[in-house]
Amino acid sequence: MMKQGIYEILFNFELAPNIFKMVLKGDTSAILSPGQFVNIKIDGLYLRRPISVCDYDKETLTLIYKVVGVGTEKMSKMVAGEKLDLLVGLGNGFNAENDCKKPLVIGGGVGIPPLYGLCKELIKFGKKPTVILGFNTESEMFYEEVFKLLGIDVYVTTVDGSYGIKGYVTDAIKDLEYDYFYTCGPEPMFRAIENTVTTSGQYSFEERMGCGFGACMGCSCKTKYGNKRICKDGPVLEREEIVW
Amino acid sequence: MVNTKVNLCGIEIDNPIIPASGTFGFGYEFATVYDINMLGTFSFKGTTKDPRFGNPTPRIAEAPSGMLNSVGLQNPGVEKVISEELPRLKACFKKLVMANVSGFAVEDYAYTCEKLNHEEQIGWFEVNVSCPNVHGGGLAFGTDLKNVAAVTKAVKKVTNKPVIIKLSPNVTDITEIAKSCEAEGADGVSLINTLLGMRINLKNRKPILANTMGGLSGPAVFPVALRMIYQVYNAVKIPIVGMGGVSTAEDVIEMMLAGATAVQVGAANLVDPFACKKIIEDLPQVMEKYRINSLTEIIGGAHNG
Repeated sequence: MMKQGIYEILFNFELAPNIFKMVLKGDTSAILSPGQFVNIKIDGLYLRRPISVCDYDKETLTLIYKVVGVGTEKMSKMVAGEKLDLLVGLGNGFNAENDCKKPLVIGGGVGIPPLYGLCKELIKFGKKPTVILGFNTESEMFYEEVFKLLGIDVYVTTVDGSYGIKGYVTDAIKDLEYDYFYTCGPEPMFRAIENTVTTSGQYSFEERMGCGFGACMGCSCKTKYGNKRICKDGPVLEREEIVW
Repeated sequence: MVNTKVNLCGIEIDNPIIPASGTFGFGYEFATVYDINMLGTFSFKGTTKDPRFGNPTPRIAEAPSGMLNSVGLQNPGVEKVISEELPRLKACFKKLVMANVSGFAVEDYAYTCEKLNHEEQIGWFEVNVSCPNVHGGGLAFGTDLKNVAAVTKAVKKVTNKPVIIKLSPNVTDITEIAKSCEAEGADGVSLINTLLGMRINLKNRKPILANTMGGLSGPAVFPVALRMIYQVYNAVKIPIVGMGGVSTAEDVIEMMLAGATAVQVGAANLVDPFACKKIIEDLPQVMEKYRINSLTEIIGGAHNG
């Protein structure tokens, strides 16, 4: 269940151009699954900013975010010791507890962070995920080594071929064996994945939100099973229910 | 001990704090966060005759000291509200609720209110003639005096419960519309709905909202709301439910001094799910600070002398 709290910044630094990693200290008991997000109050802005949780333990949580607008710009300027008002434990995250044995985990750019927490969870449930990380170019890469430290196979694709496999994540999918997939990233990537994958899976979506906890209906989408709110019923939706 | 009770159209409520429609769903999402029975009442999600998805996304945007929305009355339709939403609400809210109703023609409003009229938990109807997001070009049904009069008359015919008409601020003279509601038998008016606004994304040079325009709410609109409540208080005798950018107990008192009998809290719920709880808890000490014994005594207090 959602909790509100004040969190202290332990670290906040640039991982790759415009991509920042922030580690916060505070109560993480409301976080139930990878793929959930926090909603951050930022001084001078009215609406909170939703950012997915990359990783967490009992008293810290890690966010990796891209500077895309005024809110994330302000976040990127914050330093250790400053405090943030967060709503924590929001959204319906990834379900790692299912029958699959060889899940494929596919991330594109700034969609990659929540997949790190997911991989840890999958490993906890005795599965051996294979990871594909897609970037535009080598200089934008982050977290390849961190994923590898989990002892799993990691494939990197770059659109310009400056690192790893040249092309898109779908160019890596073709040659891999898997019985399920999880993905987070930009929607054009989702559409390409949808045309490539052969199994069931879960997609994590993004949308402009008002509240982040299901009250305002700002981020609704249509599914095969009726209207759903990305913030509350999502951000993770099952492949079978999605209307493309 | 201060007295926070007020009488809203013949029904006494414990305090004048009412979460505004569209920011509180059908209550049960917030009931997991705090005991919503501490509220005076709340106005449930705008309900229409037929189910509605609303407008395409994005339908939320940041604004200076506020936000824009172009949700467009997403709701499951009156049948499902009765069969699914109200039973869930009943499980967590023991007080009378305010039924917010919207429509596209006079007959729609009457149909929906008649259906809901049998629900015992509904204490008041709040008839929304002012959603800026559902008619072409953001033109609210309720900006036309004749429409508002016709809807008021039609709804009054199908229910004996108090009928409060929710007014648009996007008009030349809101007092004319309020007077027309009063003349047709409305038991109260609520104001203001959101102000029509927009934002443009500098990167792609396109409107941020898929619907181009949306309704502005939040602290940015508070002085505009206050001014309109003040004007309407001078124009009609029926009670006013004030709203627009209310975030604190001080805002509540200010709005009541302008002429509001009860006060709705909207956008504040979305950035702080505990907003109404905090306001209700702060109210007694803020009343003491300003030497207010009973909230009823201060309604319209800024008009004296």
